[in-house]
Amino acid sequence: MNLSTAQANNQKRIVLRAEDVWKSYDDGAITVLQGVEFEIAEGETVAICGSSGCGKSTLLHLFGGLDAPDRGRVSVNGIEVNRHRNLLRLLRVEVGFVFQLHNLIPDLTLAENCLIPTVATGLDHRTAHARLMQLAERTGLTHRLDQRIQKLSGGERQRTALCRALMNKPKILLADEPTGSLDEHSSGMVFDLLLDLVATEGVTLVMATHDRGLAMRCDRLLEMHDGRIHEPVSA
Amino acid sequence: MIFLKLIVTNLRRHRIRSFISVVGITFSVAAMLTVVTILQGAIGMFSGILSSDSEIIVFERNVSDLFFSNVPAAAVEEISSWPMVSHADPVLFGIVSSADHPIITCFGVTASDARIRKATWIAGDRFAFAQHADDVVLGERAAEFLSAKLGDHVPIGHGVFHVIGILKTANGFEDGGVFMPLGAAQIFFHKEGTSSVITIKLGNKDDAASFKALVKTKFANLIALEDAEFTRSYSQFRILKATAWAVGGCGLLMGGLGVANTMIMSVFTRIREIAILRVCGFSNTQIAAMIFGESAVVSLLGAMLGLVTGTCLLFALKLVPALHGYVDVTIQPLVMLIVIVLALLTGIAGALYPAIYAIRIRAVEALRFE
Repeated sequence: MNLSTAQANNQKRIVLRAEDVWKSYDDGAITVLQGVEFEIAEGETVAICGSSGCGKSTLLHLFGGLDAPDRGRVSVNGIEVNRHRNLLRLLRVEVGFVFQLHNLIPDLTLAENCLIPTVATGLDHRTAHARLMQLAERTGLTHRLDQRIQKLSGGERQRTALCRALMNKPKILLADEPTGSLDEHSSGMVFDLLLDLVATEGVTLVMATHDRGLAMRCDRLLEMHDGRIHEPVSA
Repeated sequence: MIFLKLIVTNLRRHRIRSFISVVGITFSVAAMLTVVTILQGAIGMFSGILSSDSEIIVFERNVSDLFFSNVPAAAVEEISSWPMVSHADPVLFGIVSSADHPIITCFGVTASDARIRKATWIAGDRFAFAQHADDVVLGERAAEFLSAKLGDHVPIGHGVFHVIGILKTANGFEDGGVFMPLGAAQIFFHKEGTSSVITIKLGNKDDAASFKALVKTKFANLIALEDAEFTRSYSQFRILKATAWAVGGCGLLMGGLGVANTMIMSVFTRIREIAILRVCGFSNTQIAAMIFGESAVVSLLGAMLGLVTGTCLLFALKLVPALHGYVDVTIQPLVMLIVIVLALLTGIAGALYPAIYAIRIRAVEALRFE
């Protein structure tokens, strides 16, 4: 992170904060997070790199409220993420998820898959449809809206997942290896789109990735090893 | 719309499983409808015998069955003389058997009884009734299964009777029954000087309450009930109704287990999908509503098909000659409503555990499933 970015971030609102976060699995046999501490400011794009199993996905799950830390505090927009309280608001309004595997429902069409989050929030049909058209146009999926998921290519599926994640205009997008299942060409294309969308929508992006090339294109790059976050001098 | 599609999609995805569940509910509902309607019809027919041209029935207090009721002839005589009474008909019920028919209902009635007076006489002369002690009038179906014609002598129970008439009636019990002169019936059933009930027609229906009060005052061991009141409170009817609903309920329970099995499988096979919905912000209520919605669709489809199947079955039973007059295919709207509600409740009960399981799915773990 260069000096000007750091200064700018100092003035920006902190939207994600991890304070001494610990997390282990198998009754403590595997400890993946060991006192993780970091902050992410509004509108930042942050890549978390690290080897498989180092805890990148776990960290994203904690921020999304899908899992709870054993110890420490995880907060989104100043509100502590608790698996019971605030969780629905978090998942519906604050946070959007994109996974390595697109996780779309195969029997539904592209449009229907994208509209699922609006069913959760009870958004009216007209507004939801307008938002869908807007995102479909941005991601180049307008002509595929009525296609079933099985008929879409890998890139199209991941773009659909991206649309779905952004349907309710979340403030934060958590992307877990969003291009991990794509070939190099599709990967680059989807990532360009991802950066473009988060920039225009003003979304904070936190992305777990193995791909250092993609990671370097984010505002910040965080390294994870030994269960802790290490921020390189510059990204 | 998408919510509905999520419900229907899963049913379409596992067509055979959904079909089997629907069929399970269909047969359960059809069985319940058939059993309940037949028994309701039987009760209705029996009530019909009692309420033939009368509004009130007088019988012995605290008897479990009208066949055991004894109303003394003196009571009949006195009640008949009350000014508010238009006419009072004593009726003695008895059961006899013939060679191939173990149960034939016998009605010991007077010549002026409405059942004799108002019936359609296919053969014979109603004015000839009760002229001789061994004279009987047969219902049309009774004449058929006893192979008896006018003027024949037929063995009934331990006696042989002379057929002096054949009646046509829409009531299955009467149509398959034997009408004897009251005096002859009293001797035949060893109930001299008594009848089972007195059916009362009042000059003015508004006198019902005062009539009942008078019976209560004058005859401590008798009770007078209006027809509707009797149908509601008669213990045999209540037992029959309870049995019908219990038998039907057991059928529905079986159907419900089928739905439960389907729903459990439905949840288990789409744990990942439910996790995705969770990540998209679906609440516990929405997840549960989806599962309950799915079982409700199965139950409603099953209930509708069950109603159609049950109705067809009742019509088919009505065509069976042996059951002629016994099966009333008039399905009461209340019965239909209760059956639909029960089927829905069964579906909901069947989906309860799957819904709880679905609510407890942790997205983070479920998404690790491949």
